[in-house]
Amino acid sequence: MGGWDGLAIMIAVGVGFGAVSIFISSFIGPRNPTPEKMAPYECGMPPVGDARERQSVKFYLIAMIFLLFDIEIAFLGPWAMSIRQLGWPGFVQIVVFFLILVVGYVYVWRKGVLDWGPEHDPDYVHAPSPGPAVIKRYRYGTRN
Amino acid sequence: MFDFITPELIVYVSIVGTVFMGLQIGAAVMVYAERKVAALIQQRLGPTLVGPKGVLQPIADIVKLVFKEDLRPKAADAALFLAAPVISVAAAYIAFAPVPFGAASTFFGLLDQPMPLLVADVNVAVLVVFAVASMGVYGIVLAGWASNSKYSLLGGLRSSAQMISYELSYGLSLATVILMANSMSFRAIVDQQAGYFFEVIPRWNVFWMFPLGLVAFGVYAIAGLAETNRAPFDFPEAEQELVAGYHTEYSSMAFAMFFLAEYINMITVSAVATNLFLGGWHGPFLPAEYGWIWFLIKLAVLLFCYLWIRWTLPRFRYDQLMAFGWKVLLPVATVNLIAVAAGVLYFGL
Repeated sequence: MGGWDGLAIMIAVGVGFGAVSIFISSFIGPRNPTPEKMAPYECGMPPVGDARERQSVKFYLIAMIFLLFDIEIAFLGPWAMSIRQLGWPGFVQIVVFFLILVVGYVYVWRKGVLDWGPEHDPDYVHAPSPGPAVIKRYRYGTRN
Repeated sequence: MFDFITPELIVYVSIVGTVFMGLQIGAAVMVYAERKVAALIQQRLGPTLVGPKGVLQPIADIVKLVFKEDLRPKAADAALFLAAPVISVAAAYIAFAPVPFGAASTFFGLLDQPMPLLVADVNVAVLVVFAVASMGVYGIVLAGWASNSKYSLLGGLRSSAQMISYELSYGLSLATVILMANSMSFRAIVDQQAGYFFEVIPRWNVFWMFPLGLVAFGVYAIAGLAETNRAPFDFPEAEQELVAGYHTEYSSMAFAMFFLAEYINMITVSAVATNLFLGGWHGPFLPAEYGWIWFLIKLAVLLFCYLWIRWTLPRFRYDQLMAFGWKVLLPVATVNLIAVAAGVLYFGL
């Protein structure tokens, strides 16, 4: 009692609470669906097409490099627990491990995987900077 | 026949009940506090009508949500649409299970052995919190995907990219604390923080070998903000861009579950920060039996900082968020970890 079974109790409590409250509210609440209510929300306009279209490849790239770096974190847990027994040799080993990782990190950085903004996109053309006439119109309006 | 009902069982069941109800009441208090603090910062009054000074506003909100219609888009994936809020709220509850909120107590002599004030007393508690906290992303991603709405899907995708990016820094700062304390159990880590450095400064991990502990705490706080999807990192539900993000299509209690999960996650992240960096239940003037009062005070201060930050800072741009997480926070956390390891070995701590 109070060890790992405490975790099981909390799983039961959490799942049970969530399921029961959603179940109860589906009984209590009214139920008169209309086609408009059943449609996905698109700012009051009729929905266009399906939502599950292709998304930016950036999301997939982030997921992949996350896997690589998360394995590093998984190694760090046991290392952090045993550093006092490993001593300086263990320290040097983890520094070498990090140096190898830094090579991949620099590669990913230089390839632009970590850049999401348009200024890093080679195909992006910036809007021309406004000339003095435009700035004056913006500041003082069109009447003056 | 009722031999199995021992004082230990009664106390344990009350602890589980306290955690269960405490998290709900804590979330309700946070909803009220959020609106009152926002009103204070923006020079408004906030809720005033329901109860004295509007303190019953969260209850009114919940009653209203229970009586609302349960809507589901026609094209949604029914099973996943229902499962997502349950996963979210369950992960939020489970993450609090291994977090202690007070010193082990005999409850004024009721028990023979002192009982720790937590639900699951496991020896790798820090790892359990880390693992369960990253389960929370499943609820958000599934909600976004199952709704079959463009805003929901974008919110879910953004949140998954954001949470896994900041999870690296979060895990590194947890590893830093494990390194300082040589333990993965919250109770052992808190017990090491009793006493004072040079008789003045509390022996908290945040003051450990200045500024290494402070940097670890800073990394943890920023990554914790991003993990709980709070401003200035609230991209999954950025209302100006995505309506309500991943819970655009949710209504009624299913919506309330996401809300509850968000506030419970805030409480969990703050409670873990209190235990790992701010000395847990240790504090002057009070005997160890009443340490939970110090714990609640520290928790309340951290939670106020959450609200303060939300209503003070504007939201980042998405490319700034990703660049900050990968190019600033991750190198800082890594260098700090190596510095802490060198410090531990050099001073033989």
